[in-house]
Amino acid sequence: MLKNNLTTNLLFILFTLVSGIAYASADNSAHEESSETVENHGEHKKKFNAGEFIIHHISDAHEIHFFTLNEGTETEKHYSISLPVIIKDENGFKMFSASNFYHSKKDIEVKGSHKHYYIHEDFVMFEEKIYKTAGEAVIVFNEEGKIANESVLDLSPTKSIVGMFITIIILLLVFVSAAKKYKENPNSAPKGMQGLLEPMILFIRDEVAIPSIGKEKANKFVPFLLTTFFFIWIANILGLVPFLGGFNIMGTLGVTMVLATVILIMTSMNGKSHYWSHIFWPAGVPLPIKVILVPIEVISIFMKPLVLMIRLTANITAGHIIILAFTCLIFIFGQQGAGAGYGVGVGSVLFMVFMYFIELLVAFLQAYVFTLLSAMYFGMALEEPHH
Amino acid sequence: MELLSILLEVTTGTGLAALGAGVAAVGAGIGVGRIGDSALASMARQPELIGDIRANMIVAAALVEGVALFAIIICLLVVIA
Repeated sequence: MLKNNLTTNLLFILFTLVSGIAYASADNSAHEESSETVENHGEHKKKFNAGEFIIHHISDAHEIHFFTLNEGTETEKHYSISLPVIIKDENGFKMFSASNFYHSKKDIEVKGSHKHYYIHEDFVMFEEKIYKTAGEAVIVFNEEGKIANESVLDLSPTKSIVGMFITIIILLLVFVSAAKKYKENPNSAPKGMQGLLEPMILFIRDEVAIPSIGKEKANKFVPFLLTTFFFIWIANILGLVPFLGGFNIMGTLGVTMVLATVILIMTSMNGKSHYWSHIFWPAGVPLPIKVILVPIEVISIFMKPLVLMIRLTANITAGHIIILAFTCLIFIFGQQGAGAGYGVGVGSVLFMVFMYFIELLVAFLQAYVFTLLSAMYFGMALEEPHH
Repeated sequence: MELLSILLEVTTGTGLAALGAGVAAVGAGIGVGRIGDSALASMARQPELIGDIRANMIVAAALVEGVALFAIIICLLVVIA
């Protein structure tokens, strides 16, 4: 019966995901650039812009772009999965495939730099954000060069959201199958996936949860800490797989903000009176110092999860930027001459592989640090007064 | 005259952001260097605790790097809007 439930659930999730993506339809058609710029440089290949390349690869997008063949020439072919776009304006919900956007690209010059935007019906997408068109001019900028169109409520499943669902599916497959084996023969020696997971789970329970929270109360928090740890770890690893579309799940501030908010809520809800009394009226402190100390303590309630969020996002994004920068180096030198490109390519690829190893370590380490600090915050909230 | 134009460029351009990123790197280097220094010294004093000390050193390094990356994010925000 448990097996039937699991299979049904997974099939349901898989069906929803696949139908959503299939509605968006895999994008194999040739992609023409319909450019409206007056100036025609007369060159087929655009100048390589490293900054734009890096920013485009670490930010969230409405498609999962695998690779492009024959870029810059007439027979350019993009291989990507366009995700559905779900937006809500005052008329209600609209849902269409993002390939409508990505097929109609228009160039525009903003403050001396070339940018491009995508347009479909009443909506215009500029730098992966969706706005309403502003009448005839379609897209308007204010004096500082920032876009001044009206924005819409964007509820679409973007690349990071799809990445999170993939992480969830991997977690469910791995852990539910191992848990089943524990239920069936509770007294047999672990083997297979069980053997891989058991030391890790015991590590989180014995080295992270129990020392921070205390033996009696740790069991309540161990499932949450395990989920956080493995979710962040697998999401980071997913972002490191090459050619898989470049997921940057933990590099999006939105995801880490939600994780940090959950930690904040759990810490505050589990806080004992001892915890709150130490923040608002610390004992044994003279009054002038109390006046300075209490605001600092109140701010630190919010600063601790905030720093958790920034630490995770910054580490993962910085790692991706370094790897991308080494790759960009090849193209920058390649523009000078093919020989320079190949020469730099050898060293650059070696450095990039080295950085990849460090990024694998960082993927595990940041998950561990996040979990450890969350356990410590829970432990501080649940501390018993020692008299 | 040239000095004034250089000063104008540094204060209103993105030059200061690059300088800030460099100083953040110096901060990270000093911090992690001190962690490594004390970790190696204690490993030499008690070789039987090498595994424990190594694990704690890596955790402390991750926390210090977090602070340096905080500064990097601020500098990045200056350059990109």
